[in-house]
Amino acid sequence: MKVALFATCLVDTLTPSVARATATLLQRLGHEVVVPPGQSCCGQMHVNTGYRREAVPIVANHVRAFAGAEAIVAPSGSCVASIHHQQAEVARRAGEHRLADEAEELAGRTYELSQFLVDVLGVTDVGAYYPHRVTYHPTCHSLRLLKVGDRPYQLLRAVRGLELVELPGAEQCCGFGGTFAVKNADTSTAMLTDKMANVLGTHAEVCTAGDASCLMHIGGGLSRLRAGTRTVHLAEILASTEEAVTPDQQTRPAVSA
Amino acid sequence: MSAREEVLSRVRQALGADRTPPEEVVRDYRLTDGRPAGAPALLELLVDRVEDYRATVLRCAPAEVGATVRAALDQGLGSGWSAGDVVVAPGLAEDWRPAGCDVDDDRPAVQLADRAASVTAVAVAVAETGTLVLDGSPACGRRALSLLPDCLVCVVTADQVVGSVPEGLARLDPLRPLTMVSGPSATSDIELQRVEGVHGPRTLLVVLAG
Amino acid sequence: MTATVPPKAPTFLGLPTAPRGVGHLRGDQSFPDAARGALRDGQLRANLGHATSTIRGKRAGVVAELPDWGQLREAGRALKAATMARLDDHLEELERQVTARGGVVHWARDANEANEIVTRLVQATGTSEVVKVKSMATQEIGLNEALEAAGLDVFETDLAELIVQLGEDKPSHILVPAIHKNRAEIREIFARTIPGVDPDLTDDPRQLAMAARTHLRERFLRARVAVSGANFAVAETGTLTVVESEGNGRMCLTLPETLITVMGIEKVVPTWRDLEVFLQLLPRSSTGERMNPYTSTWAGVTPGDGPQEFHLVLLDNGRTAVLADEVGREALHCIRCSACLNVCPVYERAGGHSYGSVYPGPIGAVLSPMLTGVEDNASLPFASSLCGACYDVCPVAIDIPSILVHLRAEHVEAQERPTAEAVAFRGLAKVMSHPRLWHLAQRASRLGRLIARGKPTLPNALPPPVSSWTRSRDLPTPPKETFVESWVREHGS
Repeated sequence: MKVALFATCLVDTLTPSVARATATLLQRLGHEVVVPPGQSCCGQMHVNTGYRREAVPIVANHVRAFAGAEAIVAPSGSCVASIHHQQAEVARRAGEHRLADEAEELAGRTYELSQFLVDVLGVTDVGAYYPHRVTYHPTCHSLRLLKVGDRPYQLLRAVRGLELVELPGAEQCCGFGGTFAVKNADTSTAMLTDKMANVLGTHAEVCTAGDASCLMHIGGGLSRLRAGTRTVHLAEILASTEEAVTPDQQTRPAVSA
Repeated sequence: MSAREEVLSRVRQALGADRTPPEEVVRDYRLTDGRPAGAPALLELLVDRVEDYRATVLRCAPAEVGATVRAALDQGLGSGWSAGDVVVAPGLAEDWRPAGCDVDDDRPAVQLADRAASVTAVAVAVAETGTLVLDGSPACGRRALSLLPDCLVCVVTADQVVGSVPEGLARLDPLRPLTMVSGPSATSDIELQRVEGVHGPRTLLVVLAG
Repeated sequence: MTATVPPKAPTFLGLPTAPRGVGHLRGDQSFPDAARGALRDGQLRANLGHATSTIRGKRAGVVAELPDWGQLREAGRALKAATMARLDDHLEELERQVTARGGVVHWARDANEANEIVTRLVQATGTSEVVKVKSMATQEIGLNEALEAAGLDVFETDLAELIVQLGEDKPSHILVPAIHKNRAEIREIFARTIPGVDPDLTDDPRQLAMAARTHLRERFLRARVAVSGANFAVAETGTLTVVESEGNGRMCLTLPETLITVMGIEKVVPTWRDLEVFLQLLPRSSTGERMNPYTSTWAGVTPGDGPQEFHLVLLDNGRTAVLADEVGREALHCIRCSACLNVCPVYERAGGHSYGSVYPGPIGAVLSPMLTGVEDNASLPFASSLCGACYDVCPVAIDIPSILVHLRAEHVEAQERPTAEAVAFRGLAKVMSHPRLWHLAQRASRLGRLIARGKPTLPNALPPPVSSWTRSRDLPTPPKETFVESWVREHGS
């Protein structure tokens, strides 16, 4: 299958290794990966901060960039949820009905990574090797908007060498929430503290999730505390193989940017 | 413009001239429990649910209601109670009443607070939620009767026990003053932990006949 | 409330909102400011964490018991939507039925009018004491203050409301207004304020409940006027419903000669049968019980049973403005169960007082700004991480996250002069909709590498608004190359 990769603005700019890992994984599974160079952002940050009118040209750019793609995959539950639930709505509200229809049609072919792997490709064992103790944080939009359910767990359980430990209070938000983390920084930090306490309580080496944004939040907090636990995106774990893991890589992403 | 006219006109303005017609409500939830009223399994369920509220259920044959009401009062008041401690609904079946007990009349309602226990019938009981409904009929008595005495004994007959909330409500007359009772008075206001016994009767005893 | 009343009466979508200067819908501080203090209150955090996790567990248990919860929830949503679409007809029918059964119906445009009506009705009875059943509507309009200003004594009779009243505190939860207090604090309040209380009173919740019983019993027995709210009002029969636990509601609804019920106009339901849905949804969602201990219903006046004088006050106070918002009107479907508060990670940490309104938590964050006009509660729609837990548990499926996002936009679009934030977001929108500009901007972000000086994270001390992030979390140093750049370099475009 020819898969168009939507890196998302945050991953592309700040954590390119996540997009790289997604591409590596899909290629390893025998699929052709294309990266439309005109891509930027899904518009979620604008919509969720109140700039729904301003989001419309961003949506239009996204639709333009991915026009004609057979299947679009993004390593982000949150961005995919926005594509599914917000893009057409903000376009329609702005009177851009044609754009809304196009966005809706594109959303139908847009998948979050774990859903794409399990539902579209029908694989749970992607042949990954990752010899670490890992806990999984189900991010809110993957969990509640996309309802990815146990798909990430299915994928993680099939990873050789990986010890999966249950995260207490897993379904509680980490406190990121986009601009919430800045506008309500104190409350956000209080939520983060409890999330980190639960993560650290598992004694996992790695906390993983399907959203780079939430991981940047949790990881930013853990890094500030100089905690030993790292955040690694699900795509990076699934992209890891025995060949790619070297002694000095340990819990770092096995695929470098 | 009167407040009435103004509020109504605001509602109309808010909904707009071309308001969307009300959507159809699909009632595909369980309308019945599937078991007929009084089915043995429903009686078991009612007992389980009522006891879960820390109320007491005494079961008996239909002919033994009178004796069982007395046994319930023994439990609720201690064995030393006298007929004068107990006030019953005016329409309560004669053979359910403790001999010589007080029968509620048109006295001021607050005077019922002087009695230690009251005995009433119910209009319907819902097994799934452990709910007894009193409907202000002569057998159930007025609302104050089941409220002011600290111990309440309700007599339920098997044919009054239905499975689900929809079945229960369907048997009731919404024009009557209804009281739905699920266990003794309780509160969850302190640390969201349930504590039985606040302003209503602190003891609820259910006599289930049949 | 503040003494300065701005000259322009607030409106929302062209309809009058709840007026300023009366009631409890507006706080003195923005949410982030109020939350900052609350987050430092360790006792509050512990009390809230304990209480909300207890109730979350109970709710989940009893909801899972019902195989048709999903169908009930959908029916509840549809019933409310259908009711709102014909709200005027249902209100007129309710008025006809209540009147036909001996009740008197009053209409109140806003809090001031409702307070005047109730005060006048109480004064007409010649009594100076009023007993009250817990009611969100009367808290919203500040009825107690209005009655007290008229020289009347008001007694809250719900245990939690009593705790709040005796502690000269404010409610912080819809269902459990004293949720922010633990048993030891409640014992202290009772020991200090209840005349003649047992000096050996312990903090055992049962003993505390008994102290409240003793304190209020005599007041119930002598009360001549009661004020209540209503959970539901059935239009076709004129039947009012109050759902409660302690029996204080029954005392108030049954013993006094006069009953005055204040009800928001959105509480009407068309038919008796509709209660078969709501009486299943509400108790399981609110206290996590299969059924609450007591539900009372009455239609008008019943000779020989209960109050012989019944007044129903139908309250607007901004509700029609909410109804005018096609996205936000769903918030009127709320049945005040408070399940959304109990699952909300923001509420659990910041507490109810941070919201500044009697309606806290997720539902408050949408309802309060619409009742007052968004600009009077502009920080509330932003007081959410949009995690969506509230929508999942809402028994009538109110899509609270979508309404929050909608109100954020209403706030942004209400600004007459562009804010610095708006300038930034507009600029960013332009950049993000032009790939060439976007790639330039991404390259510019690499300037961060200079300040990082080879370290994996950026320095902690950065200018606002980035500082709000870096105060508690590290930011990664931007990479040398974006993913798209490296991919194009390797594969061509």
